[in-house]
Amino acid sequence: MTAADIDQQPLNAGLLAGDERRQRAAMFGLSLPAMLLVALVLLVPFSWLAWLSLFDASGALSSENYARLLRPAYVNSFLSTLQVSAAVTAICILLGYPVAYLLSQLPQRVAQVLLVFIILPFWTSVLVRTYAWLVLLQREGVINTWLKQLGLISESLPLVNNLTGTIIGMVHVMLPFLILPLYASMRAIDPVYLRAAANCGASPAQSFRQVFLPLSARGLGAGAALTFVLCLGFYLTPALLGGGRVAMWSTQIADAVSKFANWGAASALSVALLVVTGIILWAMKLAVRRLGSSLGEG
Amino acid sequence: MAGRVASSTQITHGQRLWLYVLVALVMAFLVIPCLIIIPLSFSDSQYLEFPPRGWSLRWYEAFFTSDEWLRSAIVSLKVASSTTVLATVLGTLASYGLHKKTGGLGPVVRGALMLPMMVPLIFVAIGAFFVYSRLGLNNTLTGLVLAHTTLAIPFVIIAVSNGLASFDVNLERAARSLGASPVRAFLTVTLPQIRISVISGMLFAFITSFDEVVVSLFISSGATSTLTKRMFANIRDQVDPTVAAISSMLVVLSIVVLIAAQFVRRDGSAAGDR
Repeated sequence: MTAADIDQQPLNAGLLAGDERRQRAAMFGLSLPAMLLVALVLLVPFSWLAWLSLFDASGALSSENYARLLRPAYVNSFLSTLQVSAAVTAICILLGYPVAYLLSQLPQRVAQVLLVFIILPFWTSVLVRTYAWLVLLQREGVINTWLKQLGLISESLPLVNNLTGTIIGMVHVMLPFLILPLYASMRAIDPVYLRAAANCGASPAQSFRQVFLPLSARGLGAGAALTFVLCLGFYLTPALLGGGRVAMWSTQIADAVSKFANWGAASALSVALLVVTGIILWAMKLAVRRLGSSLGEG
Repeated sequence: MAGRVASSTQITHGQRLWLYVLVALVMAFLVIPCLIIIPLSFSDSQYLEFPPRGWSLRWYEAFFTSDEWLRSAIVSLKVASSTTVLATVLGTLASYGLHKKTGGLGPVVRGALMLPMMVPLIFVAIGAFFVYSRLGLNNTLTGLVLAHTTLAIPFVIIAVSNGLASFDVNLERAARSLGASPVRAFLTVTLPQIRISVISGMLFAFITSFDEVVVSLFISSGATSTLTKRMFANIRDQVDPTVAAISSMLVVLSIVVLIAAQFVRRDGSAAGDR
Protein backbone atom coordinates (compact mmCIF):
# COMPACT_ATOMS: atom_id res chain seq x y z
CA MET A 1 0.00 0.00 0.00
CA THR A 2 1.45 3.33 -0.96
CA ALA A 3 0.40 6.86 -0.12
CA ALA A 4 -0.93 7.30 -3.66
CA ASP A 5 -3.37 4.42 -3.21
CA ILE A 6 -4.71 6.00 -0.07
CA ASP A 7 -5.31 9.33 -1.81
CA GLN A 8 -7.30 7.72 -4.55
CA GLN A 9 -9.61 5.88 -2.18
CA PRO A 10 -10.58 8.35 0.50
CA LEU A 11 -13.51 6.22 1.70
CA ASN A 12 -11.46 3.45 3.25
CA ALA A 13 -8.39 5.62 3.92
CA GLY A 14 -8.63 5.05 7.65
CA LEU A 15 -8.73 1.31 7.19
CA LEU A 16 -5.80 1.36 4.82
CA ALA A 17 -3.76 3.58 7.12
CA GLY A 18 -4.39 1.09 9.91
CA ASP A 19 -3.32 -1.72 7.62
CA GLU A 20 -0.16 0.20 6.75
CA ARG A 21 0.60 0.80 10.43
CA ARG A 22 0.16 -2.88 11.26
CA GLN A 23 2.37 -3.87 8.37
CA ARG A 24 5.05 -1.42 9.49
CA ALA A 25 4.90 -2.80 13.00
CA ALA A 26 5.27 -6.32 11.64
CA MET A 27 8.28 -5.25 9.55
CA PHE A 28 9.78 -3.61 12.56
CA GLY A 29 9.24 -6.78 14.56
CA LEU A 30 11.59 -8.59 12.19
CA SER A 31 14.53 -6.77 13.75
CA LEU A 32 13.44 -7.77 17.23
CA PRO A 33 15.28 -11.14 17.52
CA ALA A 34 18.58 -9.54 16.50
CA MET A 35 17.88 -6.67 18.89
CA LEU A 36 17.23 -9.07 21.78
CA LEU A 37 20.56 -10.76 21.17
CA VAL A 38 22.47 -7.47 21.13
CA ALA A 39 20.65 -6.52 24.32
CA LEU A 40 21.58 -9.81 26.00
CA VAL A 41 25.25 -9.81 25.04
CA LEU A 42 26.04 -6.11 24.98
CA LEU A 43 23.48 -3.60 26.23
CA VAL A 44 22.23 -5.33 29.40
CA PRO A 45 25.65 -6.40 30.73
CA PHE A 46 27.17 -3.05 29.95
CA SER A 47 24.41 -1.04 31.65
CA TRP A 48 24.55 -3.45 34.58
CA LEU A 49 28.31 -3.00 34.90
CA ALA A 50 28.01 0.78 34.57
CA TRP A 51 25.45 0.69 37.37
CA LEU A 52 27.70 -1.49 39.54
CA SER A 53 30.62 0.87 39.03
CA LEU A 54 28.75 3.42 41.16
CA PHE A 55 28.91 1.26 44.29
CA ASP A 56 31.82 0.21 46.49
CA ALA A 57 32.56 -3.30 47.77
CA SER A 58 30.11 -2.98 50.67
CA GLY A 59 27.28 -1.98 48.33
CA ALA A 60 27.13 1.69 49.31
CA LEU A 61 26.89 4.40 46.70
CA SER A 62 30.39 5.82 46.22
CA SER A 63 32.82 7.22 43.72
CA GLU A 64 35.51 4.80 44.95
CA ASN A 65 35.80 2.99 41.61
CA TYR A 66 36.31 6.23 39.73
CA ALA A 67 38.66 7.71 42.34
CA ARG A 68 40.79 4.61 41.85
CA LEU A 69 41.27 5.58 38.20
CA LEU A 70 43.39 8.52 39.41
CA ARG A 71 46.02 6.19 40.88
CA PRO A 72 49.38 6.44 39.10
CA ALA A 73 49.19 2.91 37.65
CA TYR A 74 45.90 3.66 35.92
CA VAL A 75 46.82 7.21 34.93
CA ASN A 76 50.01 5.86 33.34
CA SER A 77 48.07 3.25 31.41
CA PHE A 78 45.69 5.95 30.12
CA LEU A 79 48.63 8.05 29.00
CA SER A 80 50.43 5.15 27.36
CA THR A 81 47.21 4.09 25.60
CA LEU A 82 46.82 7.60 24.20
CA GLN A 83 50.48 7.75 23.18
CA VAL A 84 50.50 4.34 21.52
CA SER A 85 47.23 5.08 19.73
CA ALA A 86 48.52 8.46 18.52
CA ALA A 87 51.82 6.94 17.35
CA VAL A 88 50.08 4.09 15.52
CA THR A 89 47.61 6.49 13.89
CA ALA A 90 50.43 8.83 12.79
CA ILE A 91 52.46 5.96 11.29
CA CYS A 92 49.32 4.63 9.56
CA ILE A 93 48.73 8.06 8.00
CA LEU A 94 52.34 8.32 6.81
CA LEU A 95 52.28 4.82 5.27
CA GLY A 96 48.63 4.66 4.24
CA TYR A 97 48.09 8.04 2.60
CA PRO A 98 50.59 7.45 -0.26
CA VAL A 99 49.11 3.98 -0.88
CA ALA A 100 45.54 5.27 -1.01
CA TYR A 101 46.67 8.18 -3.19
CA LEU A 102 48.48 6.05 -5.75
CA LEU A 103 45.63 3.51 -5.88
CA SER A 104 43.11 6.30 -6.45
CA GLN A 105 45.18 7.68 -9.36
CA LEU A 106 45.60 4.32 -11.10
CA PRO A 107 43.03 2.97 -13.55
CA GLN A 108 40.19 1.25 -11.69
CA ARG A 109 41.13 -2.17 -13.07
CA VAL A 110 44.73 -2.00 -11.84
CA ALA A 111 43.61 -0.59 -8.49
CA GLN A 112 41.13 -3.45 -8.03
CA VAL A 113 43.97 -5.95 -8.42
CA LEU A 114 46.33 -4.07 -6.11
CA LEU A 115 43.61 -3.73 -3.47
CA VAL A 116 44.01 -7.46 -2.87
CA PHE A 117 47.25 -6.58 -1.07
CA ILE A 118 45.21 -4.58 1.43
CA ILE A 119 42.16 -6.82 1.62
CA LEU A 120 44.10 -10.05 2.17
CA PRO A 121 45.61 -8.88 5.50
CA PHE A 122 42.22 -7.38 6.37
CA TRP A 123 40.65 -10.83 6.03
CA THR A 124 43.42 -12.74 7.74
CA SER A 125 42.87 -13.44 11.42
CA VAL A 126 44.44 -10.83 13.71
CA LEU A 127 45.72 -13.65 15.91
CA VAL A 128 47.55 -15.25 12.98
CA ARG A 129 49.12 -11.95 11.94
CA THR A 130 50.16 -11.16 15.50
CA TYR A 131 51.72 -14.61 15.79
CA ALA A 132 53.55 -14.05 12.51
CA TRP A 133 55.04 -10.83 13.88
CA LEU A 134 56.10 -12.64 17.02
CA VAL A 135 57.94 -15.22 14.91
CA LEU A 136 59.52 -12.50 12.77
CA LEU A 137 60.53 -10.18 15.59
CA GLN A 138 61.54 -12.44 18.47
CA ARG A 139 65.09 -12.70 19.82
CA GLU A 140 66.04 -15.67 17.64
CA GLY A 141 63.44 -14.68 15.07
CA VAL A 142 63.67 -14.26 11.33
CA ILE A 143 64.56 -10.55 11.30
CA ASN A 144 67.22 -10.71 13.99
CA THR A 145 68.79 -13.75 12.30
CA TRP A 146 68.91 -11.96 8.95
CA LEU A 147 70.35 -8.77 10.41
CA LYS A 148 73.06 -10.82 12.14
CA GLN A 149 73.87 -12.76 8.98
CA LEU A 150 74.16 -9.50 7.09
CA GLY A 151 76.57 -8.32 9.79
CA LEU A 152 74.48 -5.24 10.58
CA ILE A 153 74.15 -6.16 14.26
CA SER A 154 76.10 -8.45 16.57
CA GLU A 155 73.52 -8.72 19.36
CA SER A 156 69.83 -9.49 18.85
CA LEU A 157 67.69 -6.37 18.96
CA PRO A 158 64.79 -6.41 21.42
CA LEU A 159 62.03 -6.03 18.82
CA VAL A 160 59.19 -7.71 20.63
CA ASN A 161 57.67 -8.01 24.13
CA ASN A 162 57.98 -4.25 24.29
CA LEU A 163 56.57 -1.05 22.83
CA THR A 164 58.34 -1.47 19.46
CA GLY A 165 56.73 -4.84 18.76
CA THR A 166 53.33 -3.61 19.93
CA ILE A 167 53.44 -0.62 17.59
CA ILE A 168 54.63 -2.66 14.59
CA GLY A 169 51.89 -5.23 15.13
CA MET A 170 49.19 -2.61 15.67
CA VAL A 171 50.19 -0.64 12.56
CA HIS A 172 49.89 -3.86 10.57
CA VAL A 173 46.37 -4.49 11.88
CA MET A 174 45.16 -0.87 11.58
CA LEU A 175 46.61 0.10 8.19
CA PRO A 176 43.76 -1.42 6.11
CA PHE A 177 41.22 0.41 8.31
CA LEU A 178 42.85 3.69 7.27
CA ILE A 179 43.59 2.84 3.63
CA LEU A 180 40.21 1.40 2.61
CA PRO A 181 37.96 4.36 3.58
CA LEU A 182 40.62 6.85 2.48
CA TYR A 183 40.89 5.16 -0.91
CA ALA A 184 37.11 5.26 -1.32
CA SER A 185 36.98 8.98 -0.53
CA MET A 186 39.93 9.74 -2.87
CA ARG A 187 38.26 7.81 -5.70
CA ALA A 188 35.32 10.16 -5.34
CA ILE A 189 37.51 13.23 -6.04
CA ASP A 190 36.85 14.31 -9.60
CA PRO A 191 40.15 14.25 -11.58
CA VAL A 192 38.81 17.24 -13.53
CA TYR A 193 39.95 19.48 -10.64
CA LEU A 194 43.52 18.24 -10.99
CA ARG A 195 43.46 18.65 -14.74
CA ALA A 196 42.13 22.18 -14.27
CA ALA A 197 44.95 22.95 -11.84
CA ALA A 198 47.51 21.62 -14.33
CA ASN A 199 45.91 23.68 -17.10
CA CYS A 200 46.20 26.78 -14.95
CA GLY A 201 49.91 26.15 -14.74
CA ALA A 202 50.20 24.45 -11.35
CA SER A 203 53.16 22.09 -10.99
CA PRO A 204 52.25 18.52 -9.95
CA ALA A 205 53.39 19.32 -6.39
CA GLN A 206 51.30 22.49 -6.31
CA SER A 207 48.16 20.86 -7.61
CA PHE A 208 48.58 18.06 -5.09
CA ARG A 209 49.10 20.46 -2.19
CA GLN A 210 46.47 23.02 -3.10
CA VAL A 211 43.79 20.86 -4.69
CA PHE A 212 44.07 17.18 -3.84
CA LEU A 213 45.23 17.41 -0.23
CA PRO A 214 42.39 19.70 0.93
CA LEU A 215 39.82 17.62 -0.97
CA SER A 216 41.06 14.42 0.68
CA ALA A 217 41.28 15.96 4.19
CA ARG A 218 37.77 14.84 5.08
CA GLY A 219 38.37 11.20 4.21
CA LEU A 220 41.71 11.31 5.97
CA GLY A 221 40.12 12.75 9.11
CA ALA A 222 37.43 10.07 9.15
CA GLY A 223 39.95 7.26 8.55
CA ALA A 224 42.34 8.59 11.19
CA ALA A 225 39.54 8.94 13.76
CA LEU A 226 38.43 5.36 13.10
CA THR A 227 42.01 4.10 13.45
CA PHE A 228 42.60 6.04 16.66
CA VAL A 229 39.39 4.83 18.28
CA LEU A 230 40.05 1.22 17.29
CA CYS A 231 43.54 1.53 18.82
CA LEU A 232 42.15 2.83 22.12
CA GLY A 233 40.22 -0.37 22.79
CA PHE A 234 42.51 -2.84 21.04
CA TYR A 235 43.38 -5.85 23.17
CA LEU A 236 44.83 -8.77 21.27
CA THR A 237 48.04 -7.40 19.76
CA PRO A 238 49.20 -5.38 22.81
CA ALA A 239 48.51 -8.42 25.00
CA LEU A 240 50.65 -10.73 22.85
CA LEU A 241 53.39 -8.44 21.52
CA GLY A 242 53.70 -6.17 24.55
CA GLY A 243 54.96 -9.02 26.71
CA GLY A 244 53.15 -7.52 29.72
CA ARG A 245 55.26 -4.37 29.50
CA VAL A 246 52.79 -2.26 27.56
CA ALA A 247 49.90 -1.41 29.86
CA MET A 248 47.00 -0.50 27.61
CA TRP A 249 43.51 0.40 28.74
CA SER A 250 42.15 -2.84 27.34
CA THR A 251 44.74 -5.03 29.05
CA GLN A 252 43.99 -3.26 32.35
CA ILE A 253 40.29 -4.07 31.93
CA ALA A 254 41.10 -7.70 31.15
CA ASP A 255 43.45 -7.96 34.14
CA ALA A 256 40.92 -6.37 36.49
CA VAL A 257 38.47 -9.13 35.56
CA SER A 258 40.61 -12.20 35.00
CA LYS A 259 43.40 -11.63 37.56
CA PHE A 260 41.68 -9.67 40.32
CA ALA A 261 37.96 -10.36 39.71
CA ASN A 262 37.49 -6.67 40.45
CA TRP A 263 34.30 -5.85 38.57
CA GLY A 264 34.06 -2.36 40.06
CA ALA A 265 37.45 -1.35 38.63
CA ALA A 266 36.78 -3.09 35.32
CA SER A 267 33.46 -1.35 34.83
CA ALA A 268 34.78 2.07 35.84
CA LEU A 269 37.64 1.62 33.35
CA SER A 270 35.19 0.56 30.64
CA VAL A 271 32.88 3.50 31.26
CA ALA A 272 35.86 5.89 31.16
CA LEU A 273 37.09 4.33 27.89
CA LEU A 274 33.62 4.61 26.38
CA VAL A 275 33.31 8.27 27.40
CA VAL A 276 36.73 9.18 26.00
CA THR A 277 35.96 7.32 22.75
CA GLY A 278 32.65 9.14 22.46
CA ILE A 279 34.27 12.53 23.05
CA ILE A 280 36.95 11.87 20.43
CA LEU A 281 34.41 10.76 17.83
CA TRP A 282 32.24 13.79 18.55
CA ALA A 283 35.21 16.18 18.35
CA MET A 284 36.33 14.61 15.08
CA LYS A 285 32.82 14.96 13.68
CA LEU A 286 32.79 18.65 14.61
CA ALA A 287 36.26 19.19 13.15
CA VAL A 288 35.36 17.43 9.92
CA ARG A 289 32.16 19.45 9.63
CA ARG A 290 34.02 22.71 10.22
CA LEU A 291 36.65 21.67 7.68
CA GLY A 292 33.90 20.78 5.22
CA SER A 293 32.12 24.12 5.61
CA SER A 294 35.34 26.14 5.38
CA LEU A 295 36.20 24.28 2.17
CA GLY A 296 32.71 24.99 0.91
CA GLU A 297 33.12 28.70 1.49
CA GLY A 298 36.62 28.85 0.03
CA MET B 1 58.49 5.70 -20.66
CA ALA B 2 59.90 8.37 -18.34
CA GLY B 3 58.27 11.07 -20.41
CA ARG B 4 54.79 9.58 -20.34
CA VAL B 5 52.27 11.46 -18.28
CA ALA B 6 51.11 9.34 -15.34
CA SER B 7 48.08 11.25 -14.10
CA SER B 8 45.88 14.29 -14.41
CA THR B 9 48.54 16.42 -12.72
CA GLN B 10 50.89 15.93 -15.71
CA ILE B 11 53.44 14.20 -13.49
CA THR B 12 55.58 11.58 -15.22
CA HIS B 13 56.19 8.00 -14.06
CA GLY B 14 59.87 8.79 -13.60
CA GLN B 15 59.12 11.73 -11.31
CA ARG B 16 57.08 9.60 -8.99
CA LEU B 17 59.26 6.55 -8.94
CA TRP B 18 59.75 7.12 -5.20
CA LEU B 19 55.98 6.83 -4.71
CA TYR B 20 55.90 3.47 -6.50
CA VAL B 21 58.78 2.20 -4.37
CA LEU B 22 57.18 3.42 -1.14
CA VAL B 23 53.80 1.88 -1.99
CA ALA B 24 55.43 -1.42 -2.98
CA LEU B 25 57.24 -1.49 0.38
CA VAL B 26 54.05 -0.80 2.34
CA MET B 27 52.21 -3.53 0.44
CA ALA B 28 55.07 -5.93 1.13
CA PHE B 29 54.85 -4.98 4.81
CA LEU B 30 51.12 -5.77 4.74
CA VAL B 31 51.23 -9.05 2.87
CA ILE B 32 54.53 -10.74 3.81
CA PRO B 33 53.65 -11.46 7.46
CA CYS B 34 50.40 -13.12 6.31
CA LEU B 35 52.19 -15.38 3.85
CA ILE B 36 55.61 -16.02 5.42
CA ILE B 37 53.99 -18.21 8.05
CA ILE B 38 53.20 -20.81 5.37
CA PRO B 39 56.81 -21.76 4.42
CA LEU B 40 57.82 -21.41 8.08
CA SER B 41 55.25 -24.00 9.10
CA PHE B 42 57.05 -26.65 7.01
CA SER B 43 60.30 -26.14 8.93
CA ASP B 44 61.71 -29.18 10.70
CA SER B 45 63.25 -27.32 13.61
CA GLN B 46 61.83 -25.96 16.84
CA TYR B 47 63.11 -22.51 15.84
CA LEU B 48 61.22 -21.17 12.90
CA GLU B 49 63.75 -19.86 10.39
CA PHE B 50 63.31 -18.41 6.96
CA PRO B 51 64.20 -20.01 4.68
CA PRO B 52 63.87 -23.22 6.72
CA ARG B 53 67.01 -25.40 6.74
CA GLY B 54 65.04 -28.60 6.49
CA TRP B 55 61.49 -29.31 5.49
CA SER B 56 59.02 -31.52 7.26
CA LEU B 57 55.37 -31.98 8.03
CA ARG B 58 55.99 -32.53 11.75
CA TRP B 59 53.99 -29.51 12.94
CA TYR B 60 51.00 -30.55 10.85
CA GLU B 61 51.39 -34.05 12.26
CA ALA B 62 51.54 -32.57 15.76
CA PHE B 63 48.20 -30.86 15.10
CA PHE B 64 46.39 -33.78 13.50
CA THR B 65 47.53 -36.27 16.15
CA SER B 66 46.65 -34.10 19.15
CA ASP B 67 43.25 -34.73 20.70
CA GLU B 68 43.29 -31.32 22.37
CA TRP B 69 43.94 -29.37 19.17
CA LEU B 70 41.43 -31.41 17.18
CA ARG B 71 38.77 -31.08 19.86
CA SER B 72 39.10 -27.29 19.88
CA ALA B 73 39.08 -27.20 16.06
CA ILE B 74 35.78 -29.09 16.14
CA VAL B 75 34.39 -26.68 18.74
CA SER B 76 35.35 -23.77 16.47
CA LEU B 77 33.76 -25.39 13.42
CA LYS B 78 30.55 -26.17 15.28
CA VAL B 79 30.31 -22.68 16.73
CA ALA B 80 31.16 -21.00 13.42
CA SER B 81 28.58 -22.99 11.44
CA SER B 82 25.80 -22.41 13.99
CA THR B 83 26.76 -18.73 14.13
CA THR B 84 26.64 -18.51 10.34
CA VAL B 85 23.09 -19.88 10.21
CA LEU B 86 21.77 -17.85 13.14
CA ALA B 87 23.47 -14.57 12.18
CA THR B 88 22.41 -14.86 8.54
CA VAL B 89 18.77 -15.48 9.46
CA LEU B 90 18.57 -12.80 12.16
CA GLY B 91 20.66 -10.30 10.20
CA THR B 92 18.66 -10.77 6.98
CA LEU B 93 15.34 -10.45 8.85
CA ALA B 94 16.56 -7.30 10.59
CA SER B 95 17.86 -5.63 7.44
CA TYR B 96 14.63 -6.49 5.62
CA GLY B 97 12.58 -5.13 8.51
CA LEU B 98 14.65 -1.96 8.73
CA HIS B 99 14.88 -1.47 4.98
CA LYS B 100 11.49 0.18 4.49
CA LYS B 101 11.26 1.83 7.87
CA THR B 102 12.84 5.26 7.53
CA GLY B 103 11.54 7.47 10.34
CA GLY B 104 11.08 6.95 14.06
CA LEU B 105 12.99 4.21 15.80
CA GLY B 106 14.48 2.74 12.63
CA PRO B 107 17.87 4.50 12.71
CA VAL B 108 18.17 3.95 16.47
CA VAL B 109 17.59 0.20 16.13
CA ARG B 110 19.99 0.01 13.20
CA GLY B 111 22.60 1.91 15.22
CA ALA B 112 22.15 -0.45 18.16
CA LEU B 113 22.55 -3.48 15.90
CA MET B 114 25.79 -2.01 14.52
CA LEU B 115 27.24 -1.49 18.01
CA PRO B 116 28.89 -4.92 18.35
CA MET B 117 31.10 -4.03 15.39
CA MET B 118 32.08 -0.66 16.82
CA VAL B 119 32.69 -1.17 20.52
CA PRO B 120 36.02 -2.67 21.60
CA LEU B 121 35.90 -6.48 21.75
CA ILE B 122 37.11 -6.39 25.33
CA PHE B 123 33.77 -4.74 26.30
CA VAL B 124 31.78 -7.49 24.65
CA ALA B 125 34.08 -10.04 26.29
CA ILE B 126 33.71 -8.87 29.88
CA GLY B 127 30.03 -8.00 29.42
CA ALA B 128 29.19 -11.45 28.06
CA PHE B 129 31.33 -13.12 30.73
CA PHE B 130 29.52 -11.13 33.42
CA VAL B 131 25.97 -11.81 32.27
CA TYR B 132 26.74 -15.43 31.30
CA SER B 133 28.04 -16.18 34.79
CA ARG B 134 24.51 -15.37 36.04
CA LEU B 135 22.80 -17.38 33.31
CA GLY B 136 25.16 -20.38 33.45
CA LEU B 137 26.18 -19.84 29.83
CA ASN B 138 29.94 -19.60 30.37
CA ASN B 139 31.87 -22.53 28.87
CA THR B 140 28.91 -23.63 26.77
CA LEU B 141 28.62 -23.84 23.01
CA THR B 142 25.29 -22.00 23.25
CA GLY B 143 27.00 -19.08 24.96
CA LEU B 144 29.72 -18.95 22.30
CA VAL B 145 27.20 -19.09 19.46
CA LEU B 146 25.07 -16.30 20.97
CA ALA B 147 28.09 -14.03 21.50
CA HIS B 148 29.57 -14.71 18.07
CA THR B 149 26.17 -14.20 16.43
CA THR B 150 25.94 -10.78 18.09
CA LEU B 151 29.36 -9.92 16.65
CA ALA B 152 28.48 -11.23 13.18
CA ILE B 153 25.05 -9.59 12.80
CA PRO B 154 26.42 -6.14 11.79
CA PHE B 155 28.41 -7.69 8.93
CA VAL B 156 25.33 -9.54 7.65
CA ILE B 157 23.22 -6.38 7.94
CA ILE B 158 25.78 -4.34 5.95
CA ALA B 159 25.93 -6.97 3.20
CA VAL B 160 22.17 -7.56 2.98
CA SER B 161 21.30 -3.85 3.16
CA ASN B 162 23.59 -3.32 0.17
CA GLY B 163 21.63 -5.94 -1.74
CA LEU B 164 18.27 -4.51 -0.70
CA ALA B 165 19.34 -1.01 -1.74
CA SER B 166 19.55 -2.15 -5.36
CA PHE B 167 16.44 -4.34 -5.20
CA ASP B 168 13.32 -3.04 -6.91
CA VAL B 169 10.55 -3.20 -4.29
CA ASN B 170 7.91 -3.11 -7.03
CA LEU B 171 8.74 -6.73 -7.86
CA GLU B 172 7.67 -7.73 -4.38
CA ARG B 173 4.58 -5.50 -4.61
CA ALA B 174 3.67 -7.23 -7.85
CA ALA B 175 3.89 -10.63 -6.17
CA ARG B 176 1.75 -9.37 -3.27
CA SER B 177 -0.89 -7.91 -5.60
CA LEU B 178 -1.08 -11.28 -7.36
CA GLY B 179 -2.05 -12.80 -4.02
CA ALA B 180 1.22 -14.03 -2.53
CA SER B 181 1.45 -13.85 1.25
CA PRO B 182 4.22 -11.56 2.61
CA VAL B 183 6.33 -14.59 3.58
CA ARG B 184 5.88 -16.22 0.21
CA ALA B 185 6.62 -13.00 -1.67
CA PHE B 186 9.81 -12.60 0.35
CA LEU B 187 10.95 -16.19 -0.13
CA THR B 188 10.17 -16.53 -3.83
CA VAL B 189 10.80 -13.00 -5.12
CA THR B 190 12.96 -10.92 -2.79
CA LEU B 191 15.34 -13.54 -1.39
CA PRO B 192 16.45 -14.93 -4.77
CA GLN B 193 17.17 -11.37 -5.91
CA ILE B 194 19.36 -10.53 -2.92
CA ARG B 195 20.94 -13.99 -2.57
CA ILE B 196 24.43 -12.81 -3.51
CA SER B 197 24.43 -10.30 -0.67
CA VAL B 198 23.08 -12.91 1.73
CA ILE B 199 25.84 -15.33 0.74
CA SER B 200 28.55 -12.73 1.25
CA GLY B 201 26.99 -11.95 4.63
CA MET B 202 27.23 -15.67 5.45
CA LEU B 203 30.92 -15.76 4.53
CA PHE B 204 31.58 -12.71 6.73
CA ALA B 205 29.67 -14.32 9.60
CA PHE B 206 31.65 -17.56 9.33
CA ILE B 207 35.03 -15.82 9.32
CA THR B 208 33.97 -13.47 12.14
CA SER B 209 33.17 -16.43 14.36
CA PHE B 210 36.00 -18.71 13.31
CA ASP B 211 38.69 -16.04 13.80
CA GLU B 212 37.25 -14.52 16.97
CA VAL B 213 39.63 -14.63 19.95
CA VAL B 214 39.00 -12.02 22.62
CA VAL B 215 35.42 -12.94 23.55
CA SER B 216 36.15 -16.68 23.40
CA LEU B 217 39.10 -16.09 25.71
CA PHE B 218 36.71 -15.07 28.48
CA ILE B 219 33.63 -17.23 27.90
CA SER B 220 35.17 -20.55 26.88
CA SER B 221 37.61 -22.89 28.57
CA GLY B 222 38.52 -26.55 28.93
CA ALA B 223 36.46 -28.75 26.66
CA THR B 224 34.71 -25.80 25.04
CA SER B 225 37.92 -23.90 24.20
CA THR B 226 37.85 -22.64 20.65
CA LEU B 227 40.82 -23.17 18.36
CA THR B 228 41.81 -19.51 18.58
CA LYS B 229 41.58 -19.50 22.38
CA ARG B 230 43.95 -22.46 22.57
CA MET B 231 46.27 -20.79 20.08
CA PHE B 232 46.30 -17.59 22.15
CA ALA B 233 47.22 -19.46 25.33
CA ASN B 234 49.86 -21.39 23.43
CA ILE B 235 51.43 -18.29 21.90
CA ARG B 236 51.55 -16.50 25.25
CA ASP B 237 53.07 -19.38 27.19
CA GLN B 238 55.49 -20.97 24.73
CA VAL B 239 56.18 -20.47 21.05
CA ASP B 240 55.13 -23.88 19.77
CA PRO B 241 55.50 -24.24 15.98
CA THR B 242 52.25 -26.27 15.87
CA VAL B 243 50.60 -22.85 15.96
CA ALA B 244 52.46 -22.02 12.72
CA ALA B 245 50.86 -25.01 11.02
CA ILE B 246 47.39 -24.02 12.25
CA SER B 247 48.00 -20.38 11.27
CA SER B 248 48.95 -21.45 7.76
CA MET B 249 45.72 -23.38 7.45
CA LEU B 250 43.78 -20.34 8.70
CA VAL B 251 45.53 -18.09 6.14
CA VAL B 252 44.62 -20.52 3.37
CA LEU B 253 41.04 -20.62 4.67
CA SER B 254 40.88 -16.79 4.54
CA ILE B 255 42.21 -16.78 0.98
CA VAL B 256 39.67 -19.42 -0.07
CA VAL B 257 36.80 -17.46 1.50
CA LEU B 258 38.06 -14.24 -0.09
CA ILE B 259 38.17 -15.89 -3.52
CA ALA B 260 34.73 -17.40 -2.92
CA ALA B 261 33.37 -13.94 -2.07
CA GLN B 262 34.88 -12.47 -5.24
CA PHE B 263 33.58 -15.36 -7.30
CA VAL B 264 30.08 -15.07 -5.88
CA ARG B 265 30.08 -11.32 -6.56
CA ARG B 266 31.26 -11.72 -10.16
CA ASP B 267 28.69 -14.45 -10.70
CA GLY B 268 26.07 -12.13 -9.21
CA SER B 269 26.96 -9.14 -11.35
CA ALA B 270 26.76 -11.36 -14.42
CA ALA B 271 23.27 -12.39 -13.29
CA GLY B 272 22.24 -8.79 -12.81
CA ASP B 273 22.32 -8.70 -9.00
CA ARG B 274 24.57 -5.97 -7.75
